[in-house]
Amino acid sequence: MAAQPYGLIATFESASGVYHAAETVRDAGFKHWDCITPFPVHGLDRAMGVKRSVVPRFALAGGVLGFSSAMGLAFFTGAVDYKIIVGGKPFFSPIPTTPIAVELGILCAAIGTVLGFFFMCGFPMHYHPVLKSDRIVPALDDKFLIVIEARDPKFNLAQTKALLEKIGGQDVKELEA
Amino acid sequence: MSQVQTSVATQAILDEVKPAVLPRPVLVENNRSHAWITDKVCGVIEGKTPLWWWICFAVASAVASCSVIGFAYLVSTGVGVWGHANPVNWAWDIINFVFWVGIAHAGTLISAILCLARQNWRTSINRTAEAMTIFSVACAGLFPALHVGRVWLAVLPGYLFPAPNANGIWPNFRSALEWDVFAVSTYGSVSVLFWYVGLIPDLGTLRDRFFKRGDKIRSAIYGFFAMGWRGSNRHWVNHEMAYLLLAGISTLMVVSVCTIVSFDFATSLIPGWHTTIFPPYFVSGAIYSGFAMVLTLLLPMRAIFKFEDLITAYHIDCLCKITLVMGTLVGYAYLMEFVIAWYGANPNEGFTFVNRTFGLYSWAYWIMFTCNVVTPQFLWFKKVRANFAWVFILTIFINIGMWFERFVIIVTSLARDFLPSSWGYYSPSIVEILTFFGTFGVFSVLFLLFIRLLPIIPMAEVKSVTPQADVHGKHS
Repeated sequence: MAAQPYGLIATFESASGVYHAAETVRDAGFKHWDCITPFPVHGLDRAMGVKRSVVPRFALAGGVLGFSSAMGLAFFTGAVDYKIIVGGKPFFSPIPTTPIAVELGILCAAIGTVLGFFFMCGFPMHYHPVLKSDRIVPALDDKFLIVIEARDPKFNLAQTKALLEKIGGQDVKELEA
Repeated sequence: MSQVQTSVATQAILDEVKPAVLPRPVLVENNRSHAWITDKVCGVIEGKTPLWWWICFAVASAVASCSVIGFAYLVSTGVGVWGHANPVNWAWDIINFVFWVGIAHAGTLISAILCLARQNWRTSINRTAEAMTIFSVACAGLFPALHVGRVWLAVLPGYLFPAPNANGIWPNFRSALEWDVFAVSTYGSVSVLFWYVGLIPDLGTLRDRFFKRGDKIRSAIYGFFAMGWRGSNRHWVNHEMAYLLLAGISTLMVVSVCTIVSFDFATSLIPGWHTTIFPPYFVSGAIYSGFAMVLTLLLPMRAIFKFEDLITAYHIDCLCKITLVMGTLVGYAYLMEFVIAWYGANPNEGFTFVNRTFGLYSWAYWIMFTCNVVTPQFLWFKKVRANFAWVFILTIFINIGMWFERFVIIVTSLARDFLPSSWGYYSPSIVEILTFFGTFGVFSVLFLLFIRLLPIIPMAEVKSVTPQADVHGKHS
């Protein structure tokens, strides 16, 4: 029994070619498919129907966590763990703690952003059928790919291949899983 | 309804007056293809290590060893090997720290603030500028970490990091120096994260190119850090969002960190330090010195690697203009300090500024003033901005001037504070001089490794601002 292919892969020469092709694939109702581009093509997310990224939520969570933990640290050390009067000032005050809280908030927001980015992309993901294809070298250079996965309910080897060829895809081949 | 009418009316006016369409300068000269960009940038890494690189690396390592020896001597002997003595208990350590942190700021400004302002010309220079940021922060961090003398006590008994000492007492969170610890470690960490996120797509390109060439080891190393990047648009959406967020976060950081560094001085009571002008003054000074350093680094790099099509004359022109604006702002701050000292009618404050200008350290003041205020004024002229040898020389003077700025602020105020009985004159010891000299070697070693091992121009970002990348424009 021949192994089930991962999907179909097609090459496009230009950014506008892949952009208009992506609109057609989106309108044909495919869900499990992807565009591989060497740089972020402006507007391609809308042409593909990809939703807005949720990475900002991770950033917000990180920022809130960092800010409040710095305030908590200053409160715990100054007003709970070891009370010591310095210059007759209150044990804890949020005002002089603000620089530390802002900086720790920034740090944690950045870490949250990067972790959120990795999480949403599923990184690290060192194995992927697309990475195994020799087309990845031109695709990270100056070519554009569209990959339609076999697990998509609308996937039909002959029809999908015809669709990709019709929208300008060159060298449409099966991609080994 | 009214909107439709307005737009019709506007269109009629536009048809009649035909506003001039000003052509934007191209960001990649000679209409280079995407493949050319990839080959050009990767070629630097894939090619054989050139002889000049080894020579520079050897010289840089030799210079860096001055720092290593200086710091080893400091740690093994004690902070007395530096020239600090009452009343100047802070000198080159904090001067060098502020100097290097200041340089770092331009990298973040280019990568963050210009990104938010949608200045597309930043794309070809941001990687280098960010690298400069990280290496400068590393050099800056050496000084506060090592000035405590017994460096192994910096972490656990809480000389620097928040940890209780032997008596269970915590560091004082009201201390500006404790704020510095948080500010600088955040600065270093966030800069590395920002740099790394931008590098991921390019590392993916390098991984696959090395794999194709049969270099499995280098492919594996680049591949490890590329995290399995495959240019998927579903990943690009997250990548662009993460990059934009980091730009926003870094913008807040670039302003807050230099503000906190200025708080080291501004929250004290020393005349000449205790002023509210310090945060904006330090931020503009930092950006100014950083842009000068970016130009100092970019101009030779551009010539050596023949990157003229990617780092165009337009890029240099833009950098010069920002340098001019920042230099003029710094000049304004210098003059404004005098106005505040006079208007504040505090005799100590007034004396400090007269003493800075005409006192024992006036030589340092006038070096600072000439280098920082007079030098950038040449950049008003387009001919100067287009002559890269001149630009290079001017930036060197700015770098020198900005170091002297910190020297003037720190040393003159401490050497002549309130009581004449505690006045003094500070001179650095040879250990301090060599240690600071060595940090240029540390910086150069790191920078040389960077240009040898990593793509110095962000390929994916530069490709995205080429005309071929525009799916709606005339090329579609």
